Amino acid sequence: MAYPAGYRYTKEHEWISVAGASGTVGITDYAQSSLGDIVFVDLPKVGDRLEAGKIFGSVESVKAVSDLFSPVSGTVTAINEELKDKPEWINADANSTWMLKLDLANPAELDALLTDAQYEAFIAEETER
Amino acid sequence: MNATVDPAPPLRKTALNATHRALKAKMVDFGGWDMPVEYSGLIAEHMAVRTSAGLFDVSHMGEIQLRGPGSLAAVQHLCMNDASKLAVSQAQYSAMLTPDGAFVDDVLVHKLSDNDYLIVINAGTREKDVAWVRSQIGRMPGVHISDYSDCYTQLAIQGPKAEATLSRITGTDLSAIRNYWFTWGRLDLKDGSALHNVLIARTGYTGEDGFEIYIPSDESTSERVWNEVLNAGADFGILPCGLGARNTLRLESAMALYGHEISDSINVFEAGLGRYARLYKASDFVGRAALAAIQAAGGPKRKLVGLEMIERGIGRDGYPVCTLAGQRIGAITSGSPAPFLKKNIALAYVPVQYAALNEVVAVEIRGQLVKAKVVATPFYKRARKST
Repeated sequence: MAYPAGYRYTKEHEWISVAGASGTVGITDYAQSSLGDIVFVDLPKVGDRLEAGKIFGSVESVKAVSDLFSPVSGTVTAINEELKDKPEWINADANSTWMLKLDLANPAELDALLTDAQYEAFIAEETER
Repeated sequence: MNATVDPAPPLRKTALNATHRALKAKMVDFGGWDMPVEYSGLIAEHMAVRTSAGLFDVSHMGEIQLRGPGSLAAVQHLCMNDASKLAVSQAQYSAMLTPDGAFVDDVLVHKLSDNDYLIVINAGTREKDVAWVRSQIGRMPGVHISDYSDCYTQLAIQGPKAEATLSRITGTDLSAIRNYWFTWGRLDLKDGSALHNVLIARTGYTGEDGFEIYIPSDESTSERVWNEVLNAGADFGILPCGLGARNTLRLESAMALYGHEISDSINVFEAGLGRYARLYKASDFVGRAALAAIQAAGGPKRKLVGLEMIERGIGRDGYPVCTLAGQRIGAITSGSPAPFLKKNIALAYVPVQYAALNEVVAVEIRGQLVKAKVVATPFYKRARKST
């Protein structure tokens, strides 16, 4: 499994890719693989304010529900509406299937997130347990 | 070391554990068993069973054999269905009840011969069931109780291509085995060896045609037969299937799962299984008086119903069922997206006044009321062969 080097990661298995003051958020390949066939994604609305570490939505596979945690604080600027009908895209390519975009309120929050190497080490620990 | 906490007991494994791991199955703790939840993917596995064939390791299920001239009397006392109606080589769905008419477990009773019955029990209730059987009939004359739970590897081959698949590794005429009947057959393996006296039953837990076979539980035999079945069904697209698909398949077919739709605090009429309770069979059984009293009092106050979500959302196990005004009236026992039906379905207990078809209720999903309606069960019923 590959975790793009430019992304930052949460311990709850979200990724964020940042360009300027705008962030794009999705879930990791490990997350989609653990969940299995994804059938439902519940996302916030454009304009909603998210807080770092707080729940912003949920993703459901046939067998499980998983909360989504915002990597950073910010205001939602776009939602991937296609996921309403095609949630399985996340299984097919988690790294490039985005859920939402947001304007970062405090870019310094990114420093608290994991790098790809740190995330991979974290996953290795998780799966060994 | 100053560990004071008892470590959790190690997970139990079926003889096929290494096989599942070699297939890269995702494993879960299921009632203390290390079991595969999915291999290639739950939806693909579910669809394979509905449209072709799937293979399940269900060796965690238990088997209790009752033998001797008193065995029929023992089965009749233990179980609510009427085992005196069984012919040799016939099986029936039944249940062992508490004195209150609730469930100790639901079971399949197989009549092996006039004085010989095999009762297949659930994995999570194995020890409880064996203890219950011993406590209820241990002192009855002429019956010997054997717990053979660890002696069998039980494989389920399910789906419209199950018969065609299995027929490739047995000379036994499978077409002659009717639904809920069984035979003692022989499996002919590719290396030229044969497995004799294999119980081959036309039973299952998927709502599809199919077979459950009981073979010796040693690892090499188990793995050989597992692989031969997969090879035999390869050109049909047979898939190894995990407990995830097993659960969604049985839910689409509205079959009860112990600990969900049935338990020792849910009675037979509430669960909608009254048709399997033979209150007027010739012999008394544990729970009969309580069931008769419930019936005399006008039936149960709550009922198991099928729900279909009509607004966006997935009702899941344990979620509250409410009136549209938000008053809690019940709970979902099993809820999931239904991969074949492509709907979000659930089984739930509600008061009888909310149990009518098309009644609209709400499911509370993480604080939100989401509408669902009462629908007929089973949600899915396979088309019967017209021949």
